[in-house]
Amino acid sequence: MTYNIQIKVMPLKDLLDPQGKAVLGGLQNLGLTGVADVRIGKHITLQIDAESKEYAKQIAEEASKKLLANPVMEFFEIEMVD
Amino acid sequence: MKYGVVVFPGSNCDRDAQYALAEDMGKEVIMLWHKDKDLGMFTTDDCIILPGGFSYGDYLRCGAIARFSPMMQSVIEFANKGGKVLGVCNGFQILCESGLLPGVLLNNAHQQFVCNNVFIKTNNGEPLKIPIAHGDGRFFAEDHILDELEANNQVIFKYCDALGNIGTAFNPNGAVRNIAGIKNKNGNVFGMMPHPERATSAALSNTDGKKVFDILGLN
Repeated sequence: MTYNIQIKVMPLKDLLDPQGKAVLGGLQNLGLTGVADVRIGKHITLQIDAESKEYAKQIAEEASKKLLANPVMEFFEIEMVD
Repeated sequence: MKYGVVVFPGSNCDRDAQYALAEDMGKEVIMLWHKDKDLGMFTTDDCIILPGGFSYGDYLRCGAIARFSPMMQSVIEFANKGGKVLGVCNGFQILCESGLLPGVLLNNAHQQFVCNNVFIKTNNGEPLKIPIAHGDGRFFAEDHILDELEANNQVIFKYCDALGNIGTAFNPNGAVRNIAGIKNKNGNVFGMMPHPERATSAALSNTDGKKVFDILGLN
């Protein structure tokens, strides 16, 4: 069975996110002064062939820990779709 | 000492490193393709250079994909045996991603790519003028790791001014504690953002880069 998995990778909350800061400036220039903060991360989708949902999630965990996110600077959240 | 320079897809300082070592410093240099694995021609007295550039297009994170290339598996093994490894700029990012050095290199705090001459120095050394060129050079690690690095003398270079004063005003990217380069605990793996290989030629009127190789014991 093929499982669709979505992974959110975000910069750690304590770290300065220069990209988010630049976009915040852009939004405020647009007149959207109510926007107080912007942080930018990545959204990754995986299609995983596995025997069970649990096993698919395990593979996604391993992918996230070993490559998709760097724990020194990022955290990740895995969401199973369907 | 013999040198190997790893060529990744997207490396762009590999030829600079080769030229600096071979032509300016008279060393034997072997170019190493990222898909090869053989480091049999090197002993642990030799040095592998991971050059600057944009390996694998900086996809995902700088250095994240390069770390899995076949040659990097051999370089990691070589480093763990005590072989000398120097990562410059993107090479530094690859060393952090591969776990050979602690920490990570983040997007410059001011959001700009910087291409400039800066001054760096060791704890007690003279200021050296070395070029930088990077968008992701903001070294970061947790405080307890930084304390350990400083206690073990693993911080090899900090950003300073022409007189050798260290301070955030002379820090081009927002690196924590003004760190420009570090080494591992064993003292055989070195990573730095500035490019010593771009400052080894009298024709370019700056040879401070040679002093970097001297300081690190790589000359």
